[in-house]
Amino acid sequence: MTLCRLETVIRRWFAVTLMLLAACAAAAPPPSAELPPDSIYQLDIALQDQEGRSFPLAELRGTVYVVSMFYSSCQYACPTTIETVKHTLAQLPESRRGHARALMVSFDPKRDTVSVLERVAQEHGLDPQTWTLARTDEASARKLAAVLGVQYRALPDGDFNHNTRLLLIDRDGRIAGQTERIGKVEPTFVDRLRELAP
Amino acid sequence: MALPSRRALAAACGLAALCVCVPLYAAPYTTVPGGLFRGVLTGNEDPPSPVARFSMRVTPVTNAEYLAFVQRVPRWRRGAVPILFADSDYLRAWAGPTELGDAVFPEAPVTGVSWFAARAFCEDEGARLPTWLEWEYVAAADATRTDARSDPAWRARILAWYASSAEANKQRVGGEPNAYGVKDMHGLIWEWVEDFNALLVDADSRVQGDAEKLRFCGAGAITMKDRESYAILMRIALLSSMNAAGSTTTLGFRCARPLPETAP
Repeated sequence: MTLCRLETVIRRWFAVTLMLLAACAAAAPPPSAELPPDSIYQLDIALQDQEGRSFPLAELRGTVYVVSMFYSSCQYACPTTIETVKHTLAQLPESRRGHARALMVSFDPKRDTVSVLERVAQEHGLDPQTWTLARTDEASARKLAAVLGVQYRALPDGDFNHNTRLLLIDRDGRIAGQTERIGKVEPTFVDRLRELAP
Repeated sequence: MALPSRRALAAACGLAALCVCVPLYAAPYTTVPGGLFRGVLTGNEDPPSPVARFSMRVTPVTNAEYLAFVQRVPRWRRGAVPILFADSDYLRAWAGPTELGDAVFPEAPVTGVSWFAARAFCEDEGARLPTWLEWEYVAAADATRTDARSDPAWRARILAWYASSAEANKQRVGGEPNAYGVKDMHGLIWEWVEDFNALLVDADSRVQGDAEKLRFCGAGAITMKDRESYAILMRIALLSSMNAAGSTTTLGFRCARPLPETAP
């Protein structure tokens, strides 16, 4: 009897949990649309941000992102990349600043620990409301790089040879713009950003 | 009484072991001992790169093997895969999503697979794609030597393949084994590697100022150490031109598995 009752309780719990989950899923943006086949959120990878929080990449769906990949012990291109992203986002009118965020993913997970990412964020004055600096495992970094068209190769001295790309990602994870121009804001990229983040 | 039951137990265990092992041994892998290797991407002033011991598939993945995979894992069937992972060239030579057709030999290496698809197959097999360095390390061997690269006759033989235009779909895997016991590294298909998008990183002339310093962190650009390795350089050029969702009719793959540092 007790066992049966227990089972019933568990079943009810299960049903309630399922209903809650369904409600949560329904509340998530965008509510009904299926993920586009070319969305980067098709990638099933997990990221960890500068505050140590782990989350699936697809959780970013619903917001416009400027995305780039980097490694923090880089001396030349990477600090410039961060500044370029900063200036790009600053092209949005003040009232729309919150409509787009920045995601920088490290391809050097060995050295770019959470505390290193946190330090980089502080050094560059990156507001966590707008900026996510993230790390992931090596295989996931390679997958993300593959969909973003980012190339990188570890050199024997611990440096990386890599290209630098800024990607504009729409709310559903589609690549809506890209530029390899850094150090200066790319006007067409900004135009696309303004269109996407009204 | 104790003896037959023990025997029965042993038989049952053997049977169970066989059941467990059969899928594992269905695709033969061979152990590749580690070593130091100077590949074409190793800079002139760099020390040779260490290659840790690993195991590699003896032959490239065949159409039959890939068919078995998509039959078991429907989300990797043609038409079911999101375009992010495989474009319209995916398995185009096949008659249908789960049908090879008469024109495609089951024992020929599968081609027309994207990097993501190749990776998924290997992951399903408890493996991964080999890195470029691992692939090049094994590809340097001929039938008797682990590094035959300095032999002009060997180089000429490999180059001869690139001059011929055989259809990969019409050839079966299982050529002569090289010194590691690995087959078909040359002469049949091009092969995906895990770090295919990391081999050539080029500067973009549109960038103002000191492009090298601005766009690249590791200032050491790739130096092609051995210009006589045309065949290898052609592979790098081909892989570098691919995107991860793309494929060609001559591009296939094989898988590799990491091994513990020391022999068991």
